[in-house]
Amino acid sequence: MSDKPFTDALEDLASGASGGPQSASPYGEAADASTHESVAALVARFGSAVQHHAIMAGDEHVVRVPASRVMEILRWLRDDPAQRYDYLADLTAVDWGGGRPIDVVYQLWSIPHRRGLRLKAALPLDALEIDSASLLWRTADWLEREVWDMFGVRFRGHPDPRRILMPESYAEGHPLRKDFPLRGRFSRAEQTRRALAMPVHEHYSAQEIAVATETEAHARREPGESP
Amino acid sequence: MSTRTVEYLVQRTPEMAPGGRLVQVPVLPGGMEPELHGEHMLINIGPQHPATHGVLRLVLELDGETVVKCTPHIGYLHSSFEKLGEYRTWNQVIPLTDRMDYLAPLIYNCAYAMAVEKLMGIQVTERCKVTRVICMELDRIFSHLLWLGTTAIDIGAFTVFLYTFQERERIYTLHEALTGARITTSATRIGGMMADLPEGWIRELRHFVDTVPRTLDEVETLLTNNQIWIGRNQDVGVISAEDAVSCGLTGANLRASGVAFDVRKDRPYYDYETYDFDVPLGEHGDCYDRYLCRMEEMRQSLRILDQAIERLPAGPMNVDDPRLILPGKTDAMTDMESMIHHFKVVMEGVKAPVGESWFSVESSKGELGMYVVSDGGSKPVRWRIRGPSFINLSALPTMVEGSLLSDVIAVNASLDIVLGEIDR
Repeated sequence: MSDKPFTDALEDLASGASGGPQSASPYGEAADASTHESVAALVARFGSAVQHHAIMAGDEHVVRVPASRVMEILRWLRDDPAQRYDYLADLTAVDWGGGRPIDVVYQLWSIPHRRGLRLKAALPLDALEIDSASLLWRTADWLEREVWDMFGVRFRGHPDPRRILMPESYAEGHPLRKDFPLRGRFSRAEQTRRALAMPVHEHYSAQEIAVATETEAHARREPGESP
Repeated sequence: MSTRTVEYLVQRTPEMAPGGRLVQVPVLPGGMEPELHGEHMLINIGPQHPATHGVLRLVLELDGETVVKCTPHIGYLHSSFEKLGEYRTWNQVIPLTDRMDYLAPLIYNCAYAMAVEKLMGIQVTERCKVTRVICMELDRIFSHLLWLGTTAIDIGAFTVFLYTFQERERIYTLHEALTGARITTSATRIGGMMADLPEGWIRELRHFVDTVPRTLDEVETLLTNNQIWIGRNQDVGVISAEDAVSCGLTGANLRASGVAFDVRKDRPYYDYETYDFDVPLGEHGDCYDRYLCRMEEMRQSLRILDQAIERLPAGPMNVDDPRLILPGKTDAMTDMESMIHHFKVVMEGVKAPVGESWFSVESSKGELGMYVVSDGGSKPVRWRIRGPSFINLSALPTMVEGSLLSDVIAVNASLDIVLGEIDR
């Protein structure tokens, strides 16, 4: 599959051109904003921040927004009484490979209005950083840790930005990136050696080690000695 | 949405303060041991621990017996399913899906096939739709029975395990007759099922549906009014409706807090809107309500199974499209065109158009979302699973911090997690 339709779509987006039919573009054909209440409201409120709107697989509305404004838009979508996207169903990322930007994908659902919306923000590979949504939805905490672990996207303001599935000392990179080989970067022997050589303290977070150190210091103190 | 509120069958235990809060008895009277005050202790549970339902590891910071902080460490079972999926054709991904949640494999098979079919714009046959509903409801019971047995063991009631596993064994037999495997079913294909229902399978299923309520009744007599069960579950692991939504809880865990969100009702698929069933709702958001909700869900699943068996239509199981479905063996051997189709489906795999789709179903544990992205090839660019267990587990610290150490086991059990899907 050639990269042509994708790069065309990217150029169109960058230049703001309306573009011709792009049926083969992964962005999907531009759709009419009035087909989805929230998209129409987004366009009315944020104007050009709604870069692209498409309908995927029949009934899924996908909106592209600039990464710098994601937080503002998400907050409005959650809090506005006509939107009330109170449930963040999923937060993930898509790497298309070939040096193309990584998409961060927010899958929103409004329980009171029974309405869904997918938000996407593209991050160029040399600036993989976006604001954390964990202040809006607590579920974003682990989901963002997973995206950091698997794709290497940094979330600004995340309360606990550790890896989640791989060990914290994992040195081979971010496994779900397209440039990451299926078997990892190191040889099997090296992987085994590193796993066996992992010191005990690497199995704990810094916060846990602080508690353990404090407890140990307490146990060593003489009775009556002040801390 | 038709809902039903689960009612408490017994009075609250006397240790409850007015307002229903648990009376926290201090382990040591204040001032007795000033040395101990403020000293916190770390305790490590797992990864090899029978009460963590797999290789989950919890590090608890304790002040006396009260949990100050709970940090789950996951990833011990990481098998990179999503990465593996990117190296396999659309149909080859199916065996990966049932290894994620081996407690309800058919639900995962079905959800994945539905997402890809939605991406490709395929309408499956009526017989296939009803068959998949049967598969998913059967596995909801399958998973809830395991949850019930293991949770009871965690809390100290061993007998229940024997009852539920005897019933699970019958579902294993049904799985085996349907797919040839007991756990790793891999039953669906893009555009249909691996095979049609075997002869007599519906009769066996009917017998199961008719007889399993008796076991459920027996289990309820063992647990629902049991003083120990009530003491260990009521007002333990309480989470408010607002917190539950913010934490992304789904399934029985969310509904026990009183939020009526069920994908089968809110975003119906496979004609669920035409089945007559209720969604049980709790009101306290504690372990006991989660237990009551799951017990009622099993009965509701039996109602759906009952209706699905009645309406199962005759006709073809798979869509009539040679680009998707392998031709019959005889055809492939004798007919040139069929042989070419066979060759192309096997060698190239099914092709999906450029685009993406998100399809979520109500699995036994909550909302199971499958997000597939295609660049037009025969392999996914991205296959993402929104696993309900992963997100339900992330709410565990919220639920146990401030409660007693022994409650951690009860709350963890009540969340109904499966580590294969958490660690993916």
